[in-house]
This record gives sequence, C-alpha cells and structure tokens, in this order.
Amino acid sequence: MRNGKGAAWAPVLQFTNCRILRGRRLLREDLWVRGGRILDPERLFFEERLVADEQRDCGGCILAPGFIDVQINGGFGVDFSQATADVGSGVALVARKILSHGVTSFCPTLVTSPPEVYHKVLPQIPVKSGGPHGAGILGVHLEGPFISREKRGAHPEAHLRSFEANAFHDVLATYGPLDNVRIVTLAPELDRSHEVIQALTARGICVSLGHSVADLQAAEEAVQSGATFITHLFNAMLPFHHRDPGIVGLLTSDRLPPGRHIFYGMISDGTHTNPAALRIAHRAHPQGLVLVTDAVPALGLGNGRHTLGQQEVEVNGLTAYVAGTKTLSGSIAPMDVCVRHFLQATGCSVEAALEAASLHPAQLLGLEKRKGTLDFGADADFVVLDDSLHVQATYISGELVWQAEEAKQ
Amino acid sequence: MRLVILDNYDLASEWAAKYICNRIIQFKPGQDRYFTLGLPTGSTPLGCYKKLIEYHKNGDISFKYVKTFNMDEYVGLPRNHPESYHSYMWNNFFKHIDIDPNNAHILDGNAADLQAECDAFEKKIKEAGGIDLFVGGIGPDGHIAFNEPGSSLVSRTRLKTLAMDTILANAKYFDGDLSKVPTMALTVGVGTVMDAREVRINVL
Repeated sequence: MRNGKGAAWAPVLQFTNCRILRGRRLLREDLWVRGGRILDPERLFFEERLVADEQRDCGGCILAPGFIDVQINGGFGVDFSQATADVGSGVALVARKILSHGVTSFCPTLVTSPPEVYHKVLPQIPVKSGGPHGAGILGVHLEGPFISREKRGAHPEAHLRSFEANAFHDVLATYGPLDNVRIVTLAPELDRSHEVIQALTARGICVSLGHSVADLQAAEEAVQSGATFITHLFNAMLPFHHRDPGIVGLLTSDRLPPGRHIFYGMISDGTHTNPAALRIAHRAHPQGLVLVTDAVPALGLGNGRHTLGQQEVEVNGLTAYVAGTKTLSGSIAPMDVCVRHFLQATGCSVEAALEAASLHPAQLLGLEKRKGTLDFGADADFVVLDDSLHVQATYISGELVWQAEEAKQ
Repeated sequence: MRLVILDNYDLASEWAAKYICNRIIQFKPGQDRYFTLGLPTGSTPLGCYKKLIEYHKNGDISFKYVKTFNMDEYVGLPRNHPESYHSYMWNNFFKHIDIDPNNAHILDGNAADLQAECDAFEKKIKEAGGIDLFVGGIGPDGHIAFNEPGSSLVSRTRLKTLAMDTILANAKYFDGDLSKVPTMALTVGVGTVMDAREVRINVL
C-alpha cells in the first residue's frame, strides 16, 4: 500500500515543532507525511478536508532529507568487494548500521576486482527500497577496473583493465549484466573511453571520472560524451596546475555542454582532504559538491586492532592505519561526521552542508523528485538532527527506522 | 456603533484579536453550538491573525467549534497560487490553529458555475445560523471585501469585476505583470456583511 492506491486512506502524520529544509532554506514548518510520501497539507485541508491522524513533536529539531552516500566500500567489518557466497547479508548489515549516521540510501561500491568477483557479487546486490531493515540501495558504484595504472591508489594493479577493440563488449564481459549498476568510475584517458561513456549513459548509468591522469581537455571531452561526476576530487588525479588544471578544472570549465551540471565527490573526514582544498572546491562550485564517505570495512568497528581480509588495521578515532604503520587505510568517518566537518571547515550554511549530503547526490542520480528533498510528493526519507547536526532519528518512507538512545524517552 | 481609536498597528491588532477571542469564549461554543466568524484577508488583519495564533498556542482559545466564512476570492487564480486567498488563509491562520477543515469556508473562484458557487455560499452561511461576528477591513476608497464604491447596500455574494485601481494596485503581487492580475472576484455582498449579528471593521 506504501505508494499505491491505498495511500489516500493511509494515516496522516504531522511532524510539528521543527525546522525543515525546503527550497534551500530551513523553514519553521511542519512536515506532513502519508503513505510514505511527503504531503501538501494545504491541499489536504482544502480539497480532502482532512487533518492529521497523529502529531509528533520534534522538540525544535531540524528535519533534513535523508543522507545519500554514493561511495561506500563497506563497513562494520564487511567488504562489499569480497566475493563471498552471502554478499547480501553483509550489505544488509551495513545498510542497517548506517541508519544511525542518517543515511537513508546508498550505492555499495566495489573497487577494482577480477571479472569473476563482479559476476558473483553484482547479482547479489539488487536495487532495494529502504525501511526498518536498512538504508535503500540505489544501485552499485563500480570504481574500476578501467582506471589509470599511475593513479590506481589502493586498487590492485593486477586486475586493472583497458578497453579492448570492442570496448563496450569488454565492459559487459568484465562486469556481467549491468542491471544493478548505478555509477561507474573510469579514467577517460583510456582509449575508446568515449564510446563506453556514451553506452553507459545511454543505459542511465552515471559515469564518474577518477583514478585518472586526464588533462582538462580529456576531462571536458568525457563530460561532452556524458560523464557527470568526479570521484573523490583531488584524490587519485593529477594535481591542479594553472596551465592544465586537469580534472579539477571541470569545476570552473566553460566548455561543458549547455545546461550540464558537473558534480564531484568529496571525502570530508578531516583527514583525506585538507580543509583549504575543501574550501577551494566548495567556493568554486558549491552546487556540485557531493559528500561521500568512501568508507572502508573498518567503519564502525571502534578503536583498536582489527583483521580485515588479509590486512591488520589499527583504528584510532576517525583514522584507520595499516597496523604498526602511519599509512592511512581508507576513510572511516560516518556520513554525519562528514557533514559536520564540512560545515565547520567551509563555514558554509547549515542548509548547504545538509544539501551536499542529500539534494546533490540525488540530483547526480536524477532522483531529485523522489530523494534528497522534502518537497511535496517526495519519499518521506528524512533525518532528525539537533542544532549541532547530531542525528536524533532517521525515517524512511515516513517510518521511524533508527533513534538515538537519548531521544527514546 | 462603537469607535475605538488606538495609537498603532500592534495595539489595534492586539485589541482586535482579544475582542474576537473574548467573543468566542463568551459564546461557549460546543458540539451543537458553533460560533460563526466572517474573515478578511490582506495586510491589515495579519497582526490580528498572529495574535489569535499566539492565544491558540498558549491554550487560551480553541477553534474546534468555530465556523469561518471568508469574504472573497479571486476568479481563475489556482487555489495554490501564493496570492490566492486560500493560500493566504492557510499560511497565515488555518495551518496554525485547530479548526476543522470542514468548517473553513472560502469561495471557490475556479468553480464551473460561479453564480451557483455564490448562492451555495449564502446558503451555507444561512445553514450555519448566520454570522455571529464579521471581521473586516476597509480599503482607502471605503470598499469592503470586493464591494467597490457604488455597490448596492443590499447586495449578496456575487461575481464582481475589479475596479481598474484595484487591478493596478494588485500588479505588484503578480510580478508587476498586469496580464497576470485577476480581473474578477467572488465577493460577499454588503447585505451579506450587514446581516451579521456584529460587524467589526479595522481601519488603518
């Protein structure tokens, strides 16, 4: 009955005493929900002549669209790129745990892997609605293997690939069916990348540029072919140079197709991106900034030494090191921490910080009518936050799916 | 007739709101006994609505057993247009109080048969037992609701073409574009207002 014909008879919930993020502003306004969607209360009043069936006092909190994480490799000991027989339960565990971070939907991300891993894992991660069981799955983000050897970062060199003569067939042969895929990160300087970008975008798959040594011109050509996203800006790409700003230059390029908007992911964990770099990107192109956690399996494990796959990892607060070294082992800052750090580091408005984790990723995926917004008709996926942006509760389709201990009284 | 002169807008708004509030409370409305209120729109009553909302939030007054009838509405303007009187009443009053939507009456300027809509409105007022208190404002030329000067004193709810002055004055609410300004409205008549047991007019 959630979004179907039964919606008109579903109970009306009115969240009162709150500030809601709508139209770029925090408004002193109630949020009305019915049948899992956000309701226009004026229409309810004048056309249906109905009032709310239940009112919930939000104690003055902020209600923002639920966070959307388009790049997360795992967490809570689970590695999405591990080809186990039961990938589904690992994904489900992470989906449930990240509700406490305010995340209501996400793109499980697979790093460069051999074809058999994609063939085994991808069919086990279908697109799925969120609910009390966990955050919704919007589709998988495939980061690699069609990336630059030079900028591969932590991706295993042995499994990197380039596009062969029949480029898109090679992509299909590598990944298998693309039904569950939402984003592909690739390096545009690879030969025949343009036909691949065109073929992927024609299927509604978002193409992201990353792990690449592309110069600005190659990046612009990739955008002209359909790419719309940049994977973790500044990381794993050529550094900004004034005569060739590389992929970073896309933020202020004047050679993008008319009406095309470029988005870029930022890891705002206080470690992986220097605050000054965060500010440069934000000030150059605030509407394109998408906060991503890029979290690794150590996310959520707590301080101490953990064995993850073949690796020993030492977690200390918001940093994870390869045990016994000072080598960073990936990001482990939850999305709500990234939002708070972004707010504090850039001095942007609360509204802008919240939109970078909700509206912008939804726009990137073309979902802005349903997700990342509290406009009428959108899915009632939202997060209840106190003034310092700590998550008090998380709702999916108007249903309470997580609540902070202190908010439970 | 009683004339109360107050020094400023805030005092006048507060006085008006207290007056309405007291009238409702004295009436002791209940399930079989609704208080019927005629309501205006525009900038003048905004302060009064704010005060009434404040009294409601403080728990001093409930609108559960109050029926309201608005004076007028534009013709052909979508109900959810920010300048419609439906939007005005929702945003400035109804969404903040506990009135039953079935008891909040506003003329439908998009009705297929406008005269039938006006007749039905008069009938609803009659069925509600007439209006106990009609709160109004008066425009610079002395018009009440959309009854421009020269309107018959016994007029009833009807379709009116707006005076050119009114259309010009309204343009600022419609991007300064005259072609977007409604040229007609449904309005209660002077007779409809005068039938009320009590009429309160705010003039600023």
